Amino acid sequence: MNIGTRKILDRSFTAVGIGSIIVMAVALMIVVVPIITNGIGAVFFTGTVEHRKMLFSEFKRGDSEKLSSEVASSDRYRAKVYGMLTDFEAELETMAPEKKVEYKAKYAEVRAALQALFGPLPGDPEPMLTRFKYGQTRWEKAEEKLHDLLYETKWDNSNPDVMAKEYFVSRAIGFQGTSLVKLFPYVKDNMEKLLLPEFTFYWGFITDSSVDSHFFGGIWPEIQGTFFLAVGAMLFAFPLGVVAAVYFTEYARPGFLNSMLRSANSTLAGVPSIVFGMFGLAFFINTLKVSESKSVIAGALTLAIMILPTIIRAAEEAILAVPKTYREASLSLGSSKWNTIATVILPAALPGIITGGIISLGRAAGETAPIIFTAAVSVGSAIGLADVLTSPTPALSWNIYNLASEHEAAAQIRHVQYGMVLALVSIVLMLNLSAIVLRARISKKLKG
Amino acid sequence: MTMDARESSGSAPAQKATRDMYLPPERKKIADGGTAHISAKEFSVYYGEFEAVKRVSADILSKYVTAIIGPSGCGKSTFLRAINRMNDLIPSCHTTGALLFDGQDIYGKFTDEVLLRKKVGMVFQKPNPFPKSIFDNIAYGPRLHGVNDKKKLMEIVERSLKKAAIWDEVCDRLDKNALGLSGGQQQRLCVARTLAVEPEVLLLDEPTSALDPKATAKIEDLIQELRGSYTIMIVTHNMQQASRVSDSTMFFYEGVLVEHASTAQLFTNPKDPMTEDYITGRFS
Repeated sequence: MNIGTRKILDRSFTAVGIGSIIVMAVALMIVVVPIITNGIGAVFFTGTVEHRKMLFSEFKRGDSEKLSSEVASSDRYRAKVYGMLTDFEAELETMAPEKKVEYKAKYAEVRAALQALFGPLPGDPEPMLTRFKYGQTRWEKAEEKLHDLLYETKWDNSNPDVMAKEYFVSRAIGFQGTSLVKLFPYVKDNMEKLLLPEFTFYWGFITDSSVDSHFFGGIWPEIQGTFFLAVGAMLFAFPLGVVAAVYFTEYARPGFLNSMLRSANSTLAGVPSIVFGMFGLAFFINTLKVSESKSVIAGALTLAIMILPTIIRAAEEAILAVPKTYREASLSLGSSKWNTIATVILPAALPGIITGGIISLGRAAGETAPIIFTAAVSVGSAIGLADVLTSPTPALSWNIYNLASEHEAAAQIRHVQYGMVLALVSIVLMLNLSAIVLRARISKKLKG
Repeated sequence: MTMDARESSGSAPAQKATRDMYLPPERKKIADGGTAHISAKEFSVYYGEFEAVKRVSADILSKYVTAIIGPSGCGKSTFLRAINRMNDLIPSCHTTGALLFDGQDIYGKFTDEVLLRKKVGMVFQKPNPFPKSIFDNIAYGPRLHGVNDKKKLMEIVERSLKKAAIWDEVCDRLDKNALGLSGGQQQRLCVARTLAVEPEVLLLDEPTSALDPKATAKIEDLIQELRGSYTIMIVTHNMQQASRVSDSTMFFYEGVLVEHASTAQLFTNPKDPMTEDYITGRFS
C-alpha cells in the first residue's frame, strides 16, 4: 500500500470516528436538554397566589401576614368578577324561557372555567378533592385556563375526508347584549392582579409528599422509595456477587459444572427485566412469602437478582485483572489462600468491583418492570425504614410511567412528571459520578 | 560462622556434600558445621506430561549461597519454585521423588504449605511490592503471623529494611506507596519484606534480571551481607553474578542437574564437558 492511500485511509477513519462522536453528542443533547429544561420547571416556575395558599394550608409554609394581604388584594379584584356573576344570574331570571335555557348552558361553562382559574366560587359547596380547592397554582397553566374562559373550542367537521379541525369562538360574542360581556375583558386585563404571579423556587418539590395524587406537593416518597429499593438491592446483591466472583475465579475447578454456571450467569444478564418482575412475584411473594403482598423487601430482592449477574461479571473481571505477582508475593510470605484474597486480591480489585457495583446501583434505581408486581404503588406517602418489610412504596421509575400513561389528569401535571424524570436522571448521574470519583481515588491510592 | 572462616574454607564443604549426595540426612553433617538444609532425592516436577525437572538429587547446604545456572527453559526456576511450593498455583503441576526441607518432605501429605512458605521466603524476577505503603508492605508478613503491636511492628520493619540495606533511602517516607520507589529499591524492599517473616531459606528467582547494573550491584552487595545468616538459593542467567555471590553452583540442562559443585571448582575446573561449554559461552 503506498503512502498516499495509507494517509487517506487514516484520515477517513479519523473523520468517521469524530463524526460518530458528534452524532452521539447531538443525540444526547436532544434527549437531555428537554429533560433538564422541562424538569427544572417543577422547581422554578411562576407561581400564583393560589400556590402560596396551597403551600400555607397543606404544608404550613409561608408568611401568613404577607399571604393574607395578598389574598385580600386579589379578592378585591375577584369580588368584581363574582359581582358580575350575581348580576348576570339575576338578569338570567328575567329572560324569556328559551333564551334562559340557552344562556344557562353557556353560563355553566363560564363558571367552570372560572372555577379552574380561581378555585371554588362563592356559594359553591366545599370541594371534596384537594385538586378543586385551589385555582391555578402555576402561571403558564393559568394562561391556558384564561384562554378556555375567553374562547369556546369548536370542531370543524365540514369535510368528512380529513380530521376535524379545532377552532375557537369568542365567548364574549355569545354573551353580547347581556351584563356578562364585561367579564371577559375584565378578567383578561386584570389577570396579574387576580392571581399575583411571582417567581417561585419550590424546593419542597424534592422534600414534600404529594397531595391528591401529585396534583400538588412534591415527590419525596418516590425519591425515598427509589433510594430504599436501589440500596436494598445492593445490600443483597453486592456481597453475594463478590463472593460468587471470588468462588468462580479462585476456588471453582475448571470443568463442565463451572462452565455451565458461568454461561448461566451470562444468560441471566440478558434476561428481560419484566421476566425478573414476574419471577419476583412468583418466587419471593407467592412462594417464599417474604411479605403479604408488594413490599420494598420483595422489590429489593427482585432487583438484586436482576443486577447480580452484572456485579458477578464485573467483579470477576476485576479479580482476574489483578497481577499474578501480587498473589505470588503474598503466598510466598506464608499467607493462606483466603488471607491472600482478603488482604491483597480484593483490595487491588476494588476499583473495578465498585464500578460494577455502582453501575448496577444506577440500573436498580432506574428499572421499572421488576418492581411493578413486587414493590411499586402509584400513590402513597413516604414509608419509614421500619415499614420496608411490609409496605410497598412509590418509586420514581414506576411513577413516571404511571403519570405519563395512567394518571387521570396526566396533561394537567406534566411538570411533576418532568420533575420526576429529572430527579431520576440526576440520581443515576450522581451515582455514576460518585463511582468515577471513588474509582479514581482508590486507583490513585493503589498506584501511589 | 564468621565471614573470614568461610572465605578460607568456603568451597570445601560444598564439594563434600556433592560427593555424599546419597547419604541419609542424619549423616549429612559437614566438617565445619554445614548441614543439608534442603535435599532432593530423585525429585521430578511435571507440567502435565512434560517432565520439567528430571530426577534431581542434590543437597543444599545450610547458610550457604547456592547459585542455579543453566539456559532458558532448563527447569532451574521450576526447581526453585518447587522448594516453597509456588508451583501449586499451576493446576497441572505435580511431582515425584522426594524433596526434603529439614528432613521433612515438602510434598508430604501432612506438610502445611503456608508454614513452609513462612520458613522458605522468595523474591521474584520482577519486583512485586503490594500497592500499599512501604510500612504495610514490610509489616504484611508479621501481621499475618500474629504480630499486631504497633511498636513491635515498627521494630521489625526497621530491622528488615536495615538488613536489606534500604532503610536510609526510605526511612522518611514509610507511609508512601511502595510503587513509587525505583525498580532496584522495590526489589530490595521485596527482600526486606521476605526477611521480615524471618525465614530460614531465601529463594531468589533471577532477582536482578529486571534491574540496571547499579541496582544489580546493590542487590549483590545485599546477598553478600546476608550470606551466612540464611540459606540462599539464587537463579541467575548471569555467570559472573553466580561466581561473585555464591558458594556452590548447580548447573541444569534440560531438566537434568548436570553438575553441582563448589562455585570455585565449577567455574575453574568443571567435571562435565557440557558445563564447560556453557560457562565458556559455547552455547546458551
